[in-house]
Amino acid sequence: MSDITKKSLTELVENIKNKKLSSTDVTKAFIDRSEKSEKLNTYITNDFTSALDKAKKFDQKPNFNLKLPGIPMAVKDLFCTKNIKTTAGSKILNNFVPTYESTVTENIWNEGAILLGKLNCDEFAMGSSNETSFFGNVQSPIDKNLVPGGSSGGSASAVAGQLTPVTIGTDTGGSIRQPASFTGIVGLKPTYGSCSRYGIVAFASSLDQAGPMAQNVKDCALLYEVISSYDPKDSTSIDFKRNHYSKELTNNIKGKKIGIPKEYRVDGMPKEIEDLWQKGIQYIKDCGAETIDISLPNTSYALPTYYIVAPAEASSNLARYDGVKYGFRAKGENLIDMYEKTRSEGFGAEVQRRIMIGTYVLSSGYYDAYYLKAQKVRKLIKNDFDEAYKKVDAILTPSTPSSAFKIGEKTNDPVSMYLNDIFTVPVNLAGLPGISIPAGHDSKGYPLGLQIIGKAFDEQNILNIAYAMEEKINFKNKITDWWIK
Amino acid sequence: MSIDLKTIKHISKLARISVDEQRAEKLAGDLNSIFEFIEKLNELKTDNVEPLTSIAETTLKLRSDEVKSKNIREQIIKNSPQDNEDYFVVPKVIE
Repeated sequence: MSDITKKSLTELVENIKNKKLSSTDVTKAFIDRSEKSEKLNTYITNDFTSALDKAKKFDQKPNFNLKLPGIPMAVKDLFCTKNIKTTAGSKILNNFVPTYESTVTENIWNEGAILLGKLNCDEFAMGSSNETSFFGNVQSPIDKNLVPGGSSGGSASAVAGQLTPVTIGTDTGGSIRQPASFTGIVGLKPTYGSCSRYGIVAFASSLDQAGPMAQNVKDCALLYEVISSYDPKDSTSIDFKRNHYSKELTNNIKGKKIGIPKEYRVDGMPKEIEDLWQKGIQYIKDCGAETIDISLPNTSYALPTYYIVAPAEASSNLARYDGVKYGFRAKGENLIDMYEKTRSEGFGAEVQRRIMIGTYVLSSGYYDAYYLKAQKVRKLIKNDFDEAYKKVDAILTPSTPSSAFKIGEKTNDPVSMYLNDIFTVPVNLAGLPGISIPAGHDSKGYPLGLQIIGKAFDEQNILNIAYAMEEKINFKNKITDWWIK
Repeated sequence: MSIDLKTIKHISKLARISVDEQRAEKLAGDLNSIFEFIEKLNELKTDNVEPLTSIAETTLKLRSDEVKSKNIREQIIKNSPQDNEDYFVVPKVIE
């Protein structure tokens, strides 16, 4: 059984199509391993019984033309799933059972996949370590008491720990790529407008994107091609020609020009990260591509910009949680008192902090100084990328400024926590696609990732570069099963 | 710039989050360190920069004004903390 969970998505699909394995075999194997993995605290809600039923039904009447035939899959608990509790990692949604399905998960089930359960995440996707969840922190399969990163920490742990073949997360400032990097897996943040935001619990609407997380680049390409679709239900969804990303995947990147931005060499960055980056540059050259030194001059302003834009949008999006229409309600002496107590008791500390920042920067007298200023700087950051893409096809950077840290290490210092996303945030601000691939280990044996940033809608190109590099890197994740009962 | 307790109280009122004294002091400390970090933006001159208001740079698509979800009252009310089958119920607003 354990061999099944070691297989990649692509192998599982082949095995099911060749009838070497049934959907029931595969589903059972992942349920069995998930049940032994309670220590990781990856699941908020499991749907194992119904998953097995669905697998049996699939096997009785299989459809092998589907892209994910009978494949079990757990998803981040930020995606609304019809009749299955969806919490966003928050007490305020602890009793929320959606009556509708998110477009992205709908696309996945339409291709034959089966829901295993809902995965833990930082509350409302606000966090970089999965420590802000109302349902407790997630453990990394890499080591005891190590954070898996965040906010898609449950998703990252579940893929790295082989509790699900692949999964989907969401990325507002790095929430797919940073945890992917921390746990030695592949994570893609698509171009803004590529995957529908319909039915995803909103955090910052101009930055949020759903994306795949997988053991390897090919699996990532396959899942991306399933979830990316034009959706009239999302007014920012974009109707562009989508590829068969997995079919068109190639390791031939000869002649491609890859930019190396000098501003990503930040003060105090560990030598291990610099060395990894240099190794990455060498791999790029070994693949027959060319590297070019470039400048993205406004990089250091990205994080301060993000911490105005994202909280501002969050404060507006989260105004809906008022204890009236759905979710948790606290008792109050009158309506206003009820609102204030509901939000004070229902939201955790980090979410309250961000709502307060957002409310402040949008409040009368401060709007121009903060919010408008941030929108202008966001334009400058986007211009930097536009300028760079006149010379290069993609950009290579480290995914994070350090490897994973211990649980509790950064919880008392919000700014040092925010600095985790220094290399990922600019990509969201500019609406571009970025992929993190595992590229090595630090001295403690913890995974380190490299990020490839692409032009808008050029996912195929960064997937190809990642695919070519993956072959050269030949990364092996060190999973010891320390948590297994 | 410094965010004092009075400002925290004012923001918490706007955000409809009740905050006791202890939390207010913690929040003031956190917000001050975050804003100290945000102030870095003042180094940049942005007088002639157009603000980026939409990343997609497309205009919103028009669609015909049709009712697509009919008779979903039950679904809408299903998750409410308190209702009387037809309406959401809240603490008394009008005396």
